[in-house]
Amino acid sequence: MSEVWIRGGRVLDPASETDALADVWVRGGRIAAVVAPGTVPADAAPGVPVLDAAGLLVCPGFVDLHVSLREPGCEEDECVLTGTAAALAGGFTTICAQSDASPVVDNRSAAEFIRLQAERARQCRVYPLGAVTKQHRGEELAEIGQLVQGGAVGFSDAMHPVANAEVMRRALEYTRMFRRPVLHFAMVPELAEQGVMHEGFQSTRLGLRGIPAAAQDIMTGRDIALAELTGGRVHLMCVSTRDSVARIRQARATGLAVSCDVAPHHLLLTDEVMDRFDPMYKCNPPLRSREHVDALIAGLRDGTISAISADHQPRAQEKKQVELDQAPFGICGLETALSVCVQALIRPGHLTWLQLIARLTRGPADVLGLPCGTLEVGQPADITLIDPQAEWTVDAGRFASRSRNTPFDGQTLPAVVKTVLVDGVVRLSR
Amino acid sequence: MAGQAGSVSRADRLEVSGERSGLRVMQLSELPLSGPWGERHLLGLERLTAAQLTTVLDLAEELERATAGGLERLSTLKGLVVANLFFENSTRTRTSFSLAARRLGADTVDFSASSSSLSKGETFIDTALTIEAMGVDLVVCRHKTPGAPHLLSRHLRAGVLNAGDGTHEHPTQGLLDIYTIRRHRGRIAGLTVALVGDIRHSRVARSNIHGLVKLGARVIVCGPSTLVPTEIRQLGVEVAWNLDEILPEVDCVNLLRVQFERQRGAFFPSIAEYAELFGMNAERIRRARKDLLVLAPGPINRGVELTPDVADGPNSVILDQVSNGLLIRMACLSLLARERRAGSGGAA
Repeated sequence: MSEVWIRGGRVLDPASETDALADVWVRGGRIAAVVAPGTVPADAAPGVPVLDAAGLLVCPGFVDLHVSLREPGCEEDECVLTGTAAALAGGFTTICAQSDASPVVDNRSAAEFIRLQAERARQCRVYPLGAVTKQHRGEELAEIGQLVQGGAVGFSDAMHPVANAEVMRRALEYTRMFRRPVLHFAMVPELAEQGVMHEGFQSTRLGLRGIPAAAQDIMTGRDIALAELTGGRVHLMCVSTRDSVARIRQARATGLAVSCDVAPHHLLLTDEVMDRFDPMYKCNPPLRSREHVDALIAGLRDGTISAISADHQPRAQEKKQVELDQAPFGICGLETALSVCVQALIRPGHLTWLQLIARLTRGPADVLGLPCGTLEVGQPADITLIDPQAEWTVDAGRFASRSRNTPFDGQTLPAVVKTVLVDGVVRLSR
Repeated sequence: MAGQAGSVSRADRLEVSGERSGLRVMQLSELPLSGPWGERHLLGLERLTAAQLTTVLDLAEELERATAGGLERLSTLKGLVVANLFFENSTRTRTSFSLAARRLGADTVDFSASSSSLSKGETFIDTALTIEAMGVDLVVCRHKTPGAPHLLSRHLRAGVLNAGDGTHEHPTQGLLDIYTIRRHRGRIAGLTVALVGDIRHSRVARSNIHGLVKLGARVIVCGPSTLVPTEIRQLGVEVAWNLDEILPEVDCVNLLRVQFERQRGAFFPSIAEYAELFGMNAERIRRARKDLLVLAPGPINRGVELTPDVADGPNSVILDQVSNGLLIRMACLSLLARERRAGSGGAA
């Protein structure tokens, strides 16, 4: 079924700044027309299946810049099949696979394996990210050119900061010739070492080792300076601090090729939840204090932060059922991303729906120059339908992901992903 | 692991049963409480009210009278099993808890795990559930990770007593320090207490701060600026970096142990410099109030936090703290046992 008439929904397409009641016609797996409700295009075939979208939002499928799929090597956490199913459940139709498989995706065949598994899974689109350095060691560049040939669309050492400035400099210079950005986790390792939460009053109160905001701010500043020095493109993953946002805002104002994303949980939760000592809240960067959360929201509003990433980091249950300092970082984020964003951004009135959808679609697609994230005529029909009025109660036990490490289990959240189409084919319907 | 705990348990029962004839009767139901309690677990002093804190202190005083200073045994916890679950080495605290439980007629089992449960391939939760399945009533937990007893309390029906969780809290130590001050001064409100040393890594400091502030003391935390985070002011304390400046105003000084093992890197240049700036010595005692109380939670590093002449001098109440620790732990175990009984509908 690659012909569909999506009828009567509110179409949100940030690329054309459309926010209106309209019908979307899909033919041959591509967007054929976006027209006034009830208008039947002259060339429409009779008997086209209808998807009733009355009361729903019709958006481009969401795009996530870095999803940890954990295959090969860590299949107890996730695999390509379950990870892409989780993506669909969350309304994502395109995801970039983080390079933190085991072995690391630092060579062409590893990237090709991800693509092969994604084709077999036949769920959402998957583009691999390649490692910046061999085995994420931060010492020697990975075979970046060969990774590009293997399909890598960007380069990242996942949660491992490229601590050596000289290595980062060469990476930014080298990736220039492929017109691909480096997606960097900006964190000064020495300042973050053994930390489990944001450093501040709460960490002092709880006696937990802190990760100061400065650990991210300093590295963000370094990366901006290196982007200026090299003319390379740097994308900062998961900004979490006020000063990082300020530095990126300033860099973008001077025309530097610097972009960033933010994770939904950093928009809704603060470090105060850590007094439950629950490893489900342990993530990196850590949940910050209110002033940082407010700055992140301001950054999303003014476009300094152009993308939201679920920062999906699935972790098997037994890895999280341990003491806080033993537990790994990470939140299983794909399936709650939209609802958490609606709760944090739409309900309080910080963002319009069109702005939120932009940060989930066109914004991330533009970071990598991916041909998706819009409802333009002729584009592949990757479409997500949302019921903005409905609520649901998170039940981690029913996640499509193989992991259940969410801090939102049992919570009732707004907005439900109803239907997801990839290439015009309905891949998820609830 | 199960066999290890089981065999210790049997040995303990033999020992206890041999002396059971000498127990003085004090039923849980007739525990002399001066105020409210109502807590199933004792995880920290931060969560307690001034009235609850006073209940513990008053009960400890009653127990001191009833046991002639902790020397006689009571039957209060007869038939109950107290498990000492120590994931971090401790001789003093564990001994104190064991003695306290036995003085109240309880059976005790010791479960030591020198390292984390994870290294044995078992999750922390599984370890706890295993212990509970053995039928324990109260779990005394010492762990190097902040929040570990809190995690236990969410998964166990048994009452959980925090015997020190990393750098977070050590509620019974806080209570015994406060009890010691109250026994010597007759009150807490209006006193000025200085906590000196490594505040950042000290669970003793946090518990003392919460308890003392709630009971109306003025608290000054003092130590090297690398070890005294200024955000701690938000807990209602004053921050000082110069001991000599504050010393004349201080009624009690609590000399925290320098936590060499908990530090991540060097927070001060040398031990000699620390002792020079923050060590309590005869010269400083001379410039302090005559009736200054010197406390130290121990184990003390003689020559670092305080000189031997101060430790053994007339201002020192360090050994009182140790005996008072027994009374405070008896009080806390009784209070939690009472809630446990009430919660399980009167059944043991």
